[in-house]
Amino acid sequence: MHLLAIIFVAILSNNIVLSQFLGICPYLGVTKRIDTSVGMGMAVIFVMTMAAIVTWVLDLFLLQPFGLEFLRTIAFILVIAGLVQLVEMILKKTNPALFRALGIYLPLITTNCTILGVALLNVQSGHNIIETVVYSIATGIGFTLAMVIMAGIRERLELVNMSNYLKGAAVTLVSAGILSLAFMGFKGMVTL
Amino acid sequence: MDLTMSIVIIGGLGVLFGGLLAYAAKRFAVEEDPRVEVVTDLLPGANCGACGLAGCSSAAEKIVAGEIPVDSCIPGGKKVADSICEVLGIESVASGGRKVAEIHCLGTKDVAPDKFDYQGVRDCKAAMMYSGGFKACAYGCLGLGTCVEACPFEALSMGANGLPQVDTEKCTGCGVCAKACPRNVIHIELADRKAKYIPCNSKASGKVVRQACEVGCIGCRACVKACPNEAVTVENNLAVINREKCTDCGKCVEACKRGIIKDVGTVLVLK
Repeated sequence: MHLLAIIFVAILSNNIVLSQFLGICPYLGVTKRIDTSVGMGMAVIFVMTMAAIVTWVLDLFLLQPFGLEFLRTIAFILVIAGLVQLVEMILKKTNPALFRALGIYLPLITTNCTILGVALLNVQSGHNIIETVVYSIATGIGFTLAMVIMAGIRERLELVNMSNYLKGAAVTLVSAGILSLAFMGFKGMVTL
Repeated sequence: MDLTMSIVIIGGLGVLFGGLLAYAAKRFAVEEDPRVEVVTDLLPGANCGACGLAGCSSAAEKIVAGEIPVDSCIPGGKKVADSICEVLGIESVASGGRKVAEIHCLGTKDVAPDKFDYQGVRDCKAAMMYSGGFKACAYGCLGLGTCVEACPFEALSMGANGLPQVDTEKCTGCGVCAKACPRNVIHIELADRKAKYIPCNSKASGKVVRQACEVGCIGCRACVKACPNEAVTVENNLAVINREKCTDCGKCVEACKRGIIKDVGTVLVLK
């Protein structure tokens, strides 16, 4: 039950983009078309889970024993950046199909704040390793969900006849706000 | 204690990952043809898709591999094809002649009326779905700007008269607009040639054109008779001028009863 609650909270009631305002940059930048937003979402789920596991292990065995919790942010940045680079190289050699599918999104999300945010949230809320994996995957799914909904809205907005001053950035931000408002409806349904 | 441990741990992590990356770069190195990168740089980099591939880098890969011809890049034209040939060490095969998009319609709202009031999605392809478009002429420009949206070079703009206009300086002749136009009003034609052309797309019979448009070609053959070089032919009720044969003498312009024969390359602005 506890894990189900984590999944519900991470995907809906505490959505990383729409409630916690992390990862706004790809949310606005890569949501012009549904296929690119799905590609970005898959890459985020992949990297987020991997980074969360590695940083969780690092925190438990290296930072906590020496009382260096204050170094989390900088150590995690270092680890995530190095890790993504490494995975990219390995993927390119061993699995070119997956490498092409993730494409430019892999290096793009190296410094994404959602990845770092989830890694930090995991250790701060004292998740064990199973909770960490579940929370990371669920957050990634929540991110993908928000991206795909936004991309769907924007694809439709392209064809709408609207005033010139609303076109582009303005209407995108307005619809992002309304979408966030809709997700606020899930608040309080499940508490951890 | 804290300070030294911090330095040791962060420094250690840095060294560890630096070493790992350096090792991985060697261990997992993927060999790439260096010519691909050079050819990618030679291509215009607009990723317009006129070659039929996803973008310039995938076109470069295919060109180097010999899967598509060196002159596949339409916007790049002869210049790019020649420099690619130089890189690949093969003889130039490209043909010359710059091409640009040409709008084959003069039918503004005043001269080519609508058959019903369309208030749907502002997109030509969508408009075509309502009984084949709202214009009385079944061949003319709908003027909703689908081609303007499609152009990757911002060479098209919607004129005040409701017809798209081509900026021939910016246009590369990639043909993306021609593919986007649901009525095939846009033709890709040789630009640097002094000649006349007939900006009409209507293949309807003369009677139908007369009812639908004041400036459509009715296929009366007056221009065919007037041309001393046999450059004009009428196919499917539409006069077409062969650009190779046309000497730009202007006799057809005088003969045309509807006054719709224009110079190639002129920006068409109607009153």
